[in-house]
Amino acid sequence: MSDAVATKRSKREAMGPYGRVGNVINELDERLGIAKGGRTFLDKIFPDHWSFMLGEIALYSFVVLLATGVFLTFFYIPSSAIVTYHGSYLPLQGQHMTQAYASSVDLSFSVRAGLLMRQMHHWACDIFVGAIVVHMARVFFTGAFRKPREANWTVGLTLLILAIGNGFLGYSLPDDLVSGTGLRIAYSIMESIPLVGTYLGFFVFGGNFPGTSLIPRFFILHVLIIPLIILGLVGAHLFLLVRQKHTQFPGPGRTENNVVGSPMFPVFMAKTTGFLFLVAGVIGLLGAFAQINPIWQFGPYDAAKISYAVQPDWYMGFLDGALRIWPSWSFHSFGHTIPLEVTIPAVVLPGIIFNLAFAWPALERKLTGDNAMHHLLDRPSFRPKRTAAGAAVLSFLMILFIASSTDVIANFMHLSLNSVLWAMRVLTFLVPLITYPVAYYLAKEMQHAPGSGKRKTANVVTRSATGEYIAVPAPAYDEDMHHELEATAVPTFIEPDPSSDTGVRKAPR
Amino acid sequence: MSEKTSRTPVSLQTVRESDPHLQPAAKNPLVVERVIALNFIAAMLSFVGFLWAYIVNAQAWKLGATFGGGLTFLGIGLIAWGKYLMPRGPFVEERHVLTSTQAERDAMADAIVKRGGGVIQRRKFLGGLLGGSMAIVGAASIWPLLRSLGPLPKGTLFHTDWRKGTYAVDQSGRRIHKNDLAVGSIVTVFPEGKQNTDNGQAVDQTVIIRISNENYTTQKGRETWGPHGYVAYSKLCTHLGCPVGLYEQQLQLLVCPCHQSMFDVTNGAIPNFGPAPRALPQLPLYIDHNGYLRAQSDFHEPVGPGFWERS
Repeated sequence: MSDAVATKRSKREAMGPYGRVGNVINELDERLGIAKGGRTFLDKIFPDHWSFMLGEIALYSFVVLLATGVFLTFFYIPSSAIVTYHGSYLPLQGQHMTQAYASSVDLSFSVRAGLLMRQMHHWACDIFVGAIVVHMARVFFTGAFRKPREANWTVGLTLLILAIGNGFLGYSLPDDLVSGTGLRIAYSIMESIPLVGTYLGFFVFGGNFPGTSLIPRFFILHVLIIPLIILGLVGAHLFLLVRQKHTQFPGPGRTENNVVGSPMFPVFMAKTTGFLFLVAGVIGLLGAFAQINPIWQFGPYDAAKISYAVQPDWYMGFLDGALRIWPSWSFHSFGHTIPLEVTIPAVVLPGIIFNLAFAWPALERKLTGDNAMHHLLDRPSFRPKRTAAGAAVLSFLMILFIASSTDVIANFMHLSLNSVLWAMRVLTFLVPLITYPVAYYLAKEMQHAPGSGKRKTANVVTRSATGEYIAVPAPAYDEDMHHELEATAVPTFIEPDPSSDTGVRKAPR
Repeated sequence: MSEKTSRTPVSLQTVRESDPHLQPAAKNPLVVERVIALNFIAAMLSFVGFLWAYIVNAQAWKLGATFGGGLTFLGIGLIAWGKYLMPRGPFVEERHVLTSTQAERDAMADAIVKRGGGVIQRRKFLGGLLGGSMAIVGAASIWPLLRSLGPLPKGTLFHTDWRKGTYAVDQSGRRIHKNDLAVGSIVTVFPEGKQNTDNGQAVDQTVIIRISNENYTTQKGRETWGPHGYVAYSKLCTHLGCPVGLYEQQLQLLVCPCHQSMFDVTNGAIPNFGPAPRALPQLPLYIDHNGYLRAQSDFHEPVGPGFWERS
């Protein structure tokens, strides 16, 4: 008995002060040399701010997309062969449909947890694209895209485009009535491109719409090729983030040369893993309680049939809205047609918006002449012009998004479709024009508001022995106190502070 | 140590074990611990419920509620653990300068330009051949990569399956007789034999409307196309090719539900609202001696949305 205890103790002593963990590290380090880099990795500092969490939502909804997507591939059949439905959903009994649609309905009703997985997959996609857009807005308005992070802005924007594209492909795969109509529109948009349009349509769809190879092609693009590119770019995005380290808001002890926050292990690891569960949990609850894309109600795709008042997924809305409100200007001459009523809103417009976004870091560098390294973030109010420009573009896209439901609005508000259409046409120009100056002057005002950006503090009410109540404001949070930082030169992008004769102002806060 | 200094960031490498930065952020860790424990217990119960729901093949919402709910509890518990019970910090880490010195940059440029570039410059002929062969294989690859993906459009977009004498049939294949439709009714038709084909449904689809003659304007050159008040228009919207699936009987308008283009049936289906740029092509009809509706010919122009080759 005592012998056994003694051997146990001596064994433990032989392992050294860190026990089994130390032992494993020793063994691994002798082979891979992990200890030094490993310690640095565990000590990596993550700045704490709620807005840095938005990118994590995107990352974790992508994890959910991969997991639920793999589940769906086990049951989905990417084939446009016509079958007669004999599944468990009675209203479709005996109807002819593609195998793709039949298997999508079957996996919703006959596979355990199939419907949940399908709805989670769809919700995760909508959240994925949404989180990317909000994350991108955060990066834009705080100037996190500035040197040296222009490359990561480009990678992120590419990810947004791929996410939108793959979302549309996935939306098309069930081959239901509504998604088929979306494909018809996508085909016509390709066809509208001058010179190469008809060839593009024929090559992508394998012939005139609906073509022969659509579903198998879109399937392999949706489940393998584009996810692989997204995965690679997510890797690049995170690699650049680790290599260049995080940006941070100005605050006590925070400079251009350091990062202040929580360490990777154990604080950030616990929080971020918890956040993965939370994101997956919320998507699971949405999949449980919020029905999305009930394909069995739409019926199988039939090119000669159509449904009414059906909108695409939200991230396609701005394109659909632009197509609705653009006038019917077609160009015919020299024996050729350029369907400008399609080309401009569906090809040129998104081209301009995305290229402007790609070019923005370089554009801003040129406009401001600000070529310095930036690791401290801007408060949006301290860059009124950038903030106003971003708000104007977002408001423009928002109006286009609203315009994608002109018919529903007209119906719901008992207005004529004509007045809704013209209202949207006017608002598309008017709203951004109003948004810009409003955002600009609001930002200027907020710069000078005392205590702007600081949290409110409670009033502490005390009762004296004589029964008198006294309210005293609690002291400001430490992070919100006044801090002296090195002065930074004002980029010419913003106006010099009139109260300073040197053209140099103190860094915010 | 005062509250103020404890909020000054410290380095993880130099912090001592007794430092308040390593203390939990919670003022009453015991209470927080209990709340977190409750969350974890709720998560466990939820996951047990999920297993049960799966085994008994419960409805999707029960599976989702237990699964999603469990993950949510787990997430909240773990986040709270990290936020309130782990070292409160803040900690600081220096940003190491990413950039190299000018000498290091020059050394890299030197390696490329002098060592590598020199070698290539001396063998310009070989370099040219290498570049040339790569350019050729690149150009040659475009052919199999692109051309095999589909047939060339050629005349496909200019024709449909409607021919002289083709019977108009509905989706079930029944021929349309002149007595079938009441005034004001509409039916979707296909060329006989094509009603169940991809091309028949996607390209040939046509609507026949029996209109009241009172305010009908006959287009020039189409005097014989609409016998007995039967007119036939391509069902493909000229905007983006959606089926023009709504018929507003009172106003005699064909409406596209996709982007609300409206076509005036009494006046050659000319669009009077929305983004569609052209009238729906009209199919010339005739009624044979048995009273069936048949096509006089194919459409006289390409159906559907615009494209470059269309004149």
